[in-house]
Amino acid sequence: MSTSTILSLPDQSTARIPRMNFLTKENGLLSWLLTGDHKRIATLYLISITFFFFIGGALAGLIRLELLTPQTSLMAADTYNKVFTMHGIIMIFFFLVPSVPATLGNFLIPMMIGAKDLALPKVNLLSWYLYIIGGAMGVYVMASGGVDTGWTFTTPLSTHYVNTHVISTAMAAFIAGFSSVFTGLNFIVTIHKMRCPGMTWFRLPLFVWANYAASILMVLGTPVLAITLVLVMLERAFGIGVFDPAKGGDPILFQHLFWFYSHPAVYIMILPGMGVISEVISTFSRKRVFGYTAVAFSSVAIAVFGFFVWAHHMFIMGISNYAALIFSLLTMLVAVPSAIKIFNWAFTLYKGSITFETPMLYAFGFMGLFTIGGLTGVFLGTTGTDIHLTETYFIVAHFHFVMVGGMLMAFLSGIHFWWPKWTGRMYPEKISQLAAIVTFIGFNFTFFPQFILGMLGMPRRYAAYPPEFQALNVFSTAGASILGVGYLLPILYLTWSLKYGAVAGDNPWQATGLEWQTQSPPLTENFTEIPIMDHEAYDYEWLEKQDLAKQQPGKEVASVG
Amino acid sequence: MSDNTAIANGAQTEAHHEHPPYQRHHFETVGQQFDATNFAMWLFLLTEIMFFGGLFTAYLIMRNWYYQPFVDASHQLQIFWGTANTVVLIASSFTMAMSVWSAEMRRRKSLLIYLCLTLVFGLTFLGIKGIEWHEKWEKHHIPGAHYSVQSFVNPQSDPEVYKEYKDAPLSPDAAQKTEEYFFLYFAMTGMHALHMVIGIGILVFMIFRAKVGAYTTGHVTFVENFGLYWHFVDIVWIYLFALLYLISRH
Repeated sequence: MSTSTILSLPDQSTARIPRMNFLTKENGLLSWLLTGDHKRIATLYLISITFFFFIGGALAGLIRLELLTPQTSLMAADTYNKVFTMHGIIMIFFFLVPSVPATLGNFLIPMMIGAKDLALPKVNLLSWYLYIIGGAMGVYVMASGGVDTGWTFTTPLSTHYVNTHVISTAMAAFIAGFSSVFTGLNFIVTIHKMRCPGMTWFRLPLFVWANYAASILMVLGTPVLAITLVLVMLERAFGIGVFDPAKGGDPILFQHLFWFYSHPAVYIMILPGMGVISEVISTFSRKRVFGYTAVAFSSVAIAVFGFFVWAHHMFIMGISNYAALIFSLLTMLVAVPSAIKIFNWAFTLYKGSITFETPMLYAFGFMGLFTIGGLTGVFLGTTGTDIHLTETYFIVAHFHFVMVGGMLMAFLSGIHFWWPKWTGRMYPEKISQLAAIVTFIGFNFTFFPQFILGMLGMPRRYAAYPPEFQALNVFSTAGASILGVGYLLPILYLTWSLKYGAVAGDNPWQATGLEWQTQSPPLTENFTEIPIMDHEAYDYEWLEKQDLAKQQPGKEVASVG
Repeated sequence: MSDNTAIANGAQTEAHHEHPPYQRHHFETVGQQFDATNFAMWLFLLTEIMFFGGLFTAYLIMRNWYYQPFVDASHQLQIFWGTANTVVLIASSFTMAMSVWSAEMRRRKSLLIYLCLTLVFGLTFLGIKGIEWHEKWEKHHIPGAHYSVQSFVNPQSDPEVYKEYKDAPLSPDAAQKTEEYFFLYFAMTGMHALHMVIGIGILVFMIFRAKVGAYTTGHVTFVENFGLYWHFVDIVWIYLFALLYLISRH
């Protein structure tokens, strides 16, 4: 590990957390539950998604324990079906979709663009309540016996055959969906209308661009999922419908409508994470992101292409060969903007002054694992290979590389990176570096064997498997236990740091974003006066001149354009 | 300049500038507030388009699959009531537009009159919709356990419709597919009616607020944005009218 660091903390003997900040402004439960402050709502979101992450994680642990042995030893097959379904539903609708946008995005976007708040604070609070109502319904479903359709609600299984809580689960996802629509809508309006003077579109931090692109997907995609779930609920409740072939319906239509949301949803989950990585890579290599414009537009390109690839989930479902051909081509095209990002981050690192603080370690993890996850996505987008690999553990490994290796790494990277801004205190560096490495190792142990299992033909969603697959499954389960430690550690030391962490000061990383130019934790209105953006994003020279000016208050320093 | 990006200092709080009471504190100007909320409303309508879009897609695909049953089933709808409802809704759009105008002109009385008229038209629409649904109920055309294909396997048993369209009988299998039509008919008109009910709820709220002069102070954002919503729901109906009632009429 490199000993060099960019961390610059204030003198700990005199440093204090500012007495007036968004956390201390008002006290009492109601001041939190009725707040309009985007930073407080982000905090509420952070607590709630962490809660759901640990429920989902515990379910994942159960899945891995069951798969330790070839027989169904821990639970019966139908219990297993419920466990993996609830794992998927909770992780996707209640953790991954809101993870970065609703926490970090909510917290940072107004500050990054120099605004006092999101454009619609009440709608923002409403979105958290919808999330909590949806989440409570999800917990109710789990407590009352669960659902076993898979998170995909596949018809006619979900509308006709199973006898579990499909309607309440669909309702939970429907309500959580509206929470995400409102978050996305709020972000788009805020980014369009609330930027401070001088904050042009191409001075926006790339985190804002990435969240903007994800918001487009949330606003346009989620309503389609909503109406699809409404139809599933109606079909199940009244026994007639458009999706059940026995009644003259079309199950493929369900797949089209479902994946029209659920494929873009993958980009809803990953794009904000990519935004985090752009910020972190730039800060810890002290360089402007290479090809800023290309990275910004690649986010939008992913959002646009992302809407035209959904049928690659349906190659084996009886869509026409021509459709498969075109969707295969489009799927490969969407790999291009993702690759542009990876290349540009790599070139940002090139000749940069790299330091290895925890956020950077997670960012490196993201770059490697996301690249593997993305490239295996191209395998699956190839029609021939897909027929062999789909519905096997290869697909499970692929999307866990993207979602856990990619998104979760990015989320943890961002949480560590902005933790000092959020709480005013540093997390402990050494142990968090250890956690990042443990996570990386545990992750690879867990999911890499699953690629091989999938290649060998082990199907997903089964509680039992042929004995020859056991060795690799044991590897995977062992890895999951390491991964579990990797996720528990941050909870412990981040909680510890709330009281005992070093006081961070305004800008511990010497980063350039507007959010770092205000106190930490920030005031309720973010800035004492509305800032004026007079430099490009990631302009480290501007920052140096700022510091120089502060050290020599008498001397006038020329403004940087 | 170093003071351009202000370094926040804990003790300081921002001095509030003079601004009208309806301006929320996080907006710099009233113009910005209006722009932002108006833009948000348009985006919300975009999500509504995607929401109804899923239903329209399902309907068009099903209609393509089961063309004849869908044509025959759509003959069961009464053009008269559909046209009447279209007229009612267009009239309500007009009164809604006039409400916005009245709010802009700060005419409290005329605002109240136009809002009430809009409310009456909205309720009339729902009443007529109720009549139509009731008729489906009587003819056992509500999908579910009591659904009857009588009107389609034996069109002459339904003399009123037969007189007008002279539909040929459908095979029992094809006749069963008319249930799909009615399922989608109820899903689409039901979803539309739900939007009307929400709209009427907001209208009642607005009438009470307008009475105390809340919208005639120069702050018309709420009325204007609600107007957008109302017009949108009307436009959805225009499409429903064309796709459900008129499309099978030659």
